[in-house]
Amino acid sequence: MAALGAISLANLNGGQKLAIKYFTLAGALFAAQLLFGLLAGLQYLMPEFLFGVLDFSINRMVHINALVVWMLCGFLGSIYWLLEEEAQHPVVGLKLGHLVFWAFASAVALVVVVYLFVQTGPGETATIWLITEGREYIEAPRWADIAIVGSVLAFFYNVAGTFTKGRFTGIGGVLVIDLIALFGLYLAGMFYTTNISLDQFWWWWVIHLWVEATWEVLVGAILAYALIKTLGVRRQIVETWLYIEVALMFGSGILGLGHHYFWIGTPDYWLSIGGFFSALEPIPLVAMIVHAVYDSGTHKMKNSNHPAFAWMIAGAFGNFLGAGVWGFMHTLPQINLFTHGTQWTASHGHLAFFGAFATVIIAFFYLAVQKLRGDVWMSAELPDGGLKWKWSFALLNFGMLGMTVALLISGYVQSQLERAIGGSSWSAYFEAQAHPWFQQGIWWRQIFGVLMLIGFVFLVWDLLTAGKRETRAIQSLELA
Amino acid sequence: MDQPVWWSSGPFWRKTAVWVTGASLVALVFLSIDSLRQISVGSPRVPAYTVINQRIDYVFDEVRRVQQPRIGAQQPLFGQILNAQQAEALVRHGKLTVQAKNCMDCHTLLGNGAYFAPDLTKAWLDPYWETAAVREQQMVEFLLDPTDKLHNALGRRMPNLHLTQDEAKAVTGFLKWMSSIDTNGFPYNFTSIKQES
Repeated sequence: MAALGAISLANLNGGQKLAIKYFTLAGALFAAQLLFGLLAGLQYLMPEFLFGVLDFSINRMVHINALVVWMLCGFLGSIYWLLEEEAQHPVVGLKLGHLVFWAFASAVALVVVVYLFVQTGPGETATIWLITEGREYIEAPRWADIAIVGSVLAFFYNVAGTFTKGRFTGIGGVLVIDLIALFGLYLAGMFYTTNISLDQFWWWWVIHLWVEATWEVLVGAILAYALIKTLGVRRQIVETWLYIEVALMFGSGILGLGHHYFWIGTPDYWLSIGGFFSALEPIPLVAMIVHAVYDSGTHKMKNSNHPAFAWMIAGAFGNFLGAGVWGFMHTLPQINLFTHGTQWTASHGHLAFFGAFATVIIAFFYLAVQKLRGDVWMSAELPDGGLKWKWSFALLNFGMLGMTVALLISGYVQSQLERAIGGSSWSAYFEAQAHPWFQQGIWWRQIFGVLMLIGFVFLVWDLLTAGKRETRAIQSLELA
Repeated sequence: MDQPVWWSSGPFWRKTAVWVTGASLVALVFLSIDSLRQISVGSPRVPAYTVINQRIDYVFDEVRRVQQPRIGAQQPLFGQILNAQQAEALVRHGKLTVQAKNCMDCHTLLGNGAYFAPDLTKAWLDPYWETAAVREQQMVEFLLDPTDKLHNALGRRMPNLHLTQDEAKAVTGFLKWMSSIDTNGFPYNFTSIKQES
């Protein structure tokens, strides 16, 4: 048995050892996301920067693909992290799981190399299969799609099989059903059609039903586990809340898909249906806040992992603000007509992805670090006052909030000048882009982006060192 | 410990979650079946690919109170009337090229994509191409090498994506076809290129 505070894989169960691999890959891709985001942002300010070498489209593609894949890795890692404890059974196909991880990581690396060095291809089906599909967020070539589906099937086998052989908790049941939907939906994005309306119709099944339905339920489920672990909340309470959130999330999010069907050629009844249901989408996010705050209050904030707990609370509020408030602000068709496809969307997208998902995955990073060092103390009175995690927490959250507000300001200028006044022509687009108010927002976005990068450096530093010299064991919790 | 009242119990909310999700999915399936019918190629909302043989306008509709595409008289693309098969092949090649060159990570199409360059939904009708008479040629030349063409005061340019002549023509065909899709008035208040009435 390793000494308290020393890193040792022996402290982990089989699923958790595999989870560490996914978390590491997630962290590397998070770094890539920040880096390529900064490069793309810089090209708004200095259009000649890397022009013809690494154009905006490539940087942006890597930026958003790294985002999707690091979050998927974070989710896969989090589920492997909790799997054996929840099911009370070893992972059924652990060797397969490790094998699939390496296949998955190699596929991701190859896709990125092709993105960076081949970039684009001729207008042929072969390009779609080998280089890029050229469809936002799911640009990965078709061969990679098939590899992803294969990996995911193996993952699903492990999760469903382990719960089946062990015990099916409420969290386990929600996770398994959600994963069927999550992975099944990916298939909706794996075909080519010339009809762009049809293309966008199915594309939104993947994108919306992922991020505004199945991903939200997934973070709800893993958060439920994290609340039990860090606060000692009784299972009955978190699972009841989880069911409430699932009902509200799917009840609003499934037909909330309609807010993406306003302008792509689909019938105009979606204006009412999409508007109505997406206006309801913030409700489950309010429920999440109530849940998190209520549980924290009940336990007088006494928890076993301060950084993880802080990120969970940031997740509850970030989800509500980014996905809920920022989404609601421009989800009604009368507003969306002017804001659709402007920096408003970028503003909402940034805060929503970070607030809803990144925060929860970072919380799991901290749970992992704590156990990796033998369940060390990570509550109050940390050495150096917990300076590193507090700085990273502040810089990452403040940086993201700053970027969001900066992009929103640019989005207002764009929707007003380009859309409402300028008549949406190309010249109106560039007039808005050149406006000093728009430019000001883009500058601030870059500055806050750099703050985020610094916050990320603190985060990595803290994850590598937190609990290193700790001699106290984890704070014990009373179930309530 | 006391049992919770029925409305705050886990089993009640589990059943509610199942029923709400099921009902939402059923509603989505029915709506999708209808939507897919309405956006099939050749429908009033998404015209057949042969629409590229005709003039396309984007005009204000007094009843709907938004602009909508109007399909007019014959106006062949590159001076050639294409049959259904040829038109589909051209637009297909154009769409494949749009994906292969990753246009969506700078531009938006139907408002979706990145925001670094203008929306392409009604690019065919944009006044940037000066007049309808020179539009096709202008578009092809622009696509072949956009780097030295007039863009904007920002210095932001489109890179040379090394399109072939055929690809540039096909993208032009795709953009013309896309401009005929009824997008419920998006983009709003659009100023179209001048076309002889």
